[in-house]
Formats: sequence, structure tokens, C-alpha cells
Amino acid sequence: MDPFQPTSEAVRGGTLIAIRAEGVSKRFKLFKERNQTLKHTLLRGRRAVYEEFWALKDVTVEVPQGSTYGLIGENGSGKSTLLKCMAKILYPDSGTITVDGSISALLELGAGFHPELSGRENVFLNGAILGLSGNYLKDKFDQIVEFSGIERFIDTPVKNYSSGMFVRLGFSVAINVEPDVLLIDEILAVGDEEFQQKCRDKFDELKNRGSTIIIVSHSMGMVRNLCDHATWLEHGMVRGQGVASDVITAYLDHVNPVAEPAANLGLHNDSIESVNLFDGSGEATARLISGHPATIRIHYRGATSANELGVDICSLEGEKLMGATTSQAPSPMGPFDGRGYVELILSGLPLLPGIYDLKSFSKTESGRGEGPGTRFEVTSTDSPTGALIELKGIWRSSSA
Amino acid sequence: MKRSRPEGLLARRDLLVNLTLRELRGKYKRSALGWAWSMINPIATMLIFTLVFKVLLKLPNPIGNPSGLQVFALFLLCGLLPWNFLANSLSGSVTSLVGNAGLIKKVYFPRSVLPAASVLSWVVHLLIELGILSIAMMLFGNFVLPWLPVAILIVVLQTIFVMGVGLGLSAINVYFRDVEHFLGIFILLWFYSSPIIYPASLIPDSRVILGMKVPIKAILDLNPMVHFIGAYRAVFYDLRMPDARSIAFMVGYAALSFTLGWTLFNRLQKRFAEEL
Repeated sequence: MDPFQPTSEAVRGGTLIAIRAEGVSKRFKLFKERNQTLKHTLLRGRRAVYEEFWALKDVTVEVPQGSTYGLIGENGSGKSTLLKCMAKILYPDSGTITVDGSISALLELGAGFHPELSGRENVFLNGAILGLSGNYLKDKFDQIVEFSGIERFIDTPVKNYSSGMFVRLGFSVAINVEPDVLLIDEILAVGDEEFQQKCRDKFDELKNRGSTIIIVSHSMGMVRNLCDHATWLEHGMVRGQGVASDVITAYLDHVNPVAEPAANLGLHNDSIESVNLFDGSGEATARLISGHPATIRIHYRGATSANELGVDICSLEGEKLMGATTSQAPSPMGPFDGRGYVELILSGLPLLPGIYDLKSFSKTESGRGEGPGTRFEVTSTDSPTGALIELKGIWRSSSA
Repeated sequence: MKRSRPEGLLARRDLLVNLTLRELRGKYKRSALGWAWSMINPIATMLIFTLVFKVLLKLPNPIGNPSGLQVFALFLLCGLLPWNFLANSLSGSVTSLVGNAGLIKKVYFPRSVLPAASVLSWVVHLLIELGILSIAMMLFGNFVLPWLPVAILIVVLQTIFVMGVGLGLSAINVYFRDVEHFLGIFILLWFYSSPIIYPASLIPDSRVILGMKVPIKAILDLNPMVHFIGAYRAVFYDLRMPDARSIAFMVGYAALSFTLGWTLFNRLQKRFAEEL
């Protein structure tokens, strides 16, 4: 009957499970005509005409305790619905959701703030809505206000807050719930850089305490940086599940496949046969290490003779980050007739961890043509900084 | 998520208290007279009714038995204050879920606290008003102090009754927004079928309507407010215990209303987040 079953022994395979969704399905009604008044219902003899739409179909997810878990997928894939089912806001039509411990959802910050009440009153109101006791809030109040950074305005009605202040106060209350399981839906982009850093620190603190965090996000960079496991949902069904970086890679290959050379773009688009990556030891790979040596090799075949070959490295958003062409070589190269390859040897890869696209191109008298590309991942042994490119230089100091 | 059933209201006392305070604080914010409005409204209504029924229509003064009190305005207030509590609570709670749609869609908490907090905020008003009524009664020689514990019991019973109706109506209103519009008409009808501006003794046993003998008194006796108002009057105006029959009706209606309202609410609440 009740899909939310409390348990303290959600254990499988030796790992403790914080949240288990088993065979969860959720059906929505897509209304064609909706009779929200009694008159319509009586006149038409029915309440509504609708199509059924399965937002979730037999979804099974197990979130290990202490993990940071990503739910990814395109818009409408059901990831937010799943999160809402976990948060008990929606009731699944079938299946069960088992939660071990207290749970808190950050779906909308400052939901329940009363505009006429002061920030102080709203902290207590919002905290109570999130399930905190009055005494607990009294103890935590200073910490919450300090975290939000709006001490000066705490006795001002929140309707006079800027949207940034509003959200920061909402976030401060929500994050200080310190739940066993925290559900987050696309809200990490809150406030300025300083506040974001505070949020990241707070997440780390929660993680260190052993809290389980479930994140719904479109930002693959964030999911990659934060999450250890992930589930990829598509049309309400599980498409991929497992270690976060593998799931993300599979997802990205699906939504944004590496540009294949267009068949009929020009005369010279067949002058490049392939482009490959090698690590420092000469092994062909799609996974490079930040700061380590790497080699990019462009194989050409002389169907048409190109004067110049080159590569661009782009972010997944398609933004060109850096590039190089053979015209920069100290001694002239080309034209490239026949078959062969050129290599660009990098002593240290300046890219920081992330996923990038390598695109090749060639130039002839008649213009530029796109060659094949490849997607590669950069990993690092260091902790992620959130940047893409390493700023390299030599520090020197001088004092008077 | 320790409980699998929707938590009882009492399990989330802090939330209930906070939401009630939100209702109370938010109500008179930005009005110059503030809380005085909760006094001005019933006093103004009392003055208007007194003008109409005493000055224009010259209605006889009901006599308190055994108190012997003969003040129409006080007699009126004994019915008007519990009536205002009912009417305000119902119109407040019926929109409490629809009005907090944003909250329901984004945060989990037992949804029943919303209509409950709305009712409770009006209980606070009622208690203040009854306190002032008690002072007025004593100024007119009615020593109501010993009866106040009984009055509190009546307030508790009426609150349970009103809570049940409020829970049920608020839940149905999520699915059919007609409820909040229909409620206005229904409350008007309910007002005149309750002995607020007239003493219950004025109701005839039966009347011939359209050639049919209608047992009016027996029908109106089914109106829960007949018994609640009768009890308030007995305690405040007459200075006696409400009769056993009225107490039985009040307990029965409170239990029935709360059971039905709570059951209905729990049945409907699973789809609130989708329907809102």
C-alpha cells in the first residue's frame, strides 16, 4: 500500500543502501480538457480527458550510503520526478522507495518564505517546514545567518530582499538541516563565487559526515566532479547506471556524438584519414592525464593535397579552447601528398580534468575542411579545481 | 521518514505552531490598526445587528436563565463569536492548500498542517474575543469565571468539529475549485439556520410549506451549530451547564466530522502535488 517503507536494514552485497527505489513507476495525466469545476464535470459526465504519460517506468536505483549520486538525463527524462518521489512529494503509482534515515530535499530555495515576515521569522518558519525542531533552530540560528551572509538584513521583511539574498537565506536553512540523505535539484548555481565556495565546503562536510547526496543536474562537469555513482534516465527508464564517469561518458556520446566528417562538405574533407591520441608511453588512448606528455597524430591520405593540417580542442559545449596547425612549425611542412602522418608532441597537457573533443581540419587553396574528431577524457591525480585549462608559469618573488 | 503513514498533526507541533504564527502575523501586517481589527470586526457586526434588531425591529431582550441578564448585544456576541470562528476558519482553510501550492510542490511535510494552522489561528482569535466577552459579561454582572473551564471544553469540541470540516473542504477544493465559491453561499444559509441573531426558542416546531407540514425544529436540530451556540450561551449568558443532549451532539459531531475529514484528506492528499 504505502510506497514509503521505513527500514533500518537496507543492506545488499555488504554495502549499506541509503535509498532504494525498486520498480518505481509514476504516471501523469496529460490533460486535453480538464474540468476543474463541478459544472464541467457534471455537464460532460467526466472529470477530464487525458492521455497517460509514464514519467517513470519500472525504475530501480540503489544509492549506497555515503555516496554522492547523480541523476542525469535530458529534459523530461523523469529524473526530477524520481527525485520528487524520493522526497515524498509525489507518490509513485507502483514500486517502493525505501529510505534509511532522515531525508531533506532542496528543490526550491526559500519555498514557504512569507514575504511580509522578517528573515529571522522566516528562518524558524522554513526550518519547521523542513522538519527541524524549535530548539534545534535556536541553537543553529547564528550559524544559519552567518552562512547566508546577510546578518544586517535578518530583521527586514524578506519581500525587500534581493533575489540573491532570498535564495542564500533559503539555502542556508536547507543545508543546515544536516540530513542523512540530501536531495538536490539544479540549485548549486546560487550566489557569488564566495558563497558557492561555502556551499562546496558544506557539501564536503556533509559527505565527510557520511551523508548521502543525490543530485539532479544538467551540468555534467558538476556531476563528474561531485558524484561517484550515477543513473542515466531516458524517457522514464534507466538507460545507464554505475560509476559516474562511465555513465556520463555514455550519456554524452549519446546526446552529443563526436562530429563525424560530413560526407559532402567539400573537396578536401577526405584529406585526413584519422586523428589519434597517445599518452607519454606511446599507447593509443582516449584518457590522458593532466600535465603529462601526450601526442596528437593526424593521418593524412593524399586524395587532395592539403597545405596545412591542424587540430582544435573544444569543450563539450562546442567552445574552442585551443588549437594548433602545421603552419606554426619552425620549418615549413607540407603540402601533404600521399599517405603519412604528422604529430604534435605535447610535453605537458595543459587541460584540467574533464571531457573534451579533439577536431581535426585541413586547409587547401580553396579553403578549410573539417576532418574526423575524437572525444577524450582528461583525469588528474589532484583534486578538481573547476577550471578547464591550467595556468602554467614560474613564480618569482622580489621584495625591497 | 520514520513513519509510513501521514504523520499525525501532533507529531509536527513545531511546524503547526510556526504556520499558525505565520497566519497570525501575516494577517494584519501593513494595516494601521493591526490586531485591533480582530476586535473591530465583531464589535462592528454586533453594533449593526443591535441597531437592526433592537432599534429598528424592537426585538424583545432574551432573558438569561438563571442569570437574569437582559442585554441583546451580549446575547448576540455569544452566538456571533463562535460563528465567526467557524466561518473564518472554513474560508481560511478551504484555500489553504491551493494558496500554498508552491510549498506543496516543493517540500514534503504533512499537508494537513496547512488547513489545521488556518483553523488554529482563528482559535487564537476566538479565545481573545471570548476573554473580552467574559470581561464585558462581568461588567454587566454576569460572573462567568467559574464557567470558563466548561467554555474551554466547548472551544475544544468546536475546534475538532471545524478542523474536520476544514480538512475535508480544503482537500476537495484542490480537485474542484468550486468549493471555495460555493462555501460563501453555504455559509450564508448556515448563518440564518443557526440561532445567532435570534434565540433558539423562536424556532417553531413545524410550518406548513407548499402544503406540506415541515418539522422545522427537528430539521434545524441537526445543525451542529445549534448545539455549539446553545452551549456557549448556556455558559456565558445563562450561567449554567449545557444540557446533556447538547453535549452529546457536540461530542458526536466533533468525532464524526474529524473522522470523515481526516479520512477524506488522507485519501486525497497523495495527488495534491500533481493536481495543484
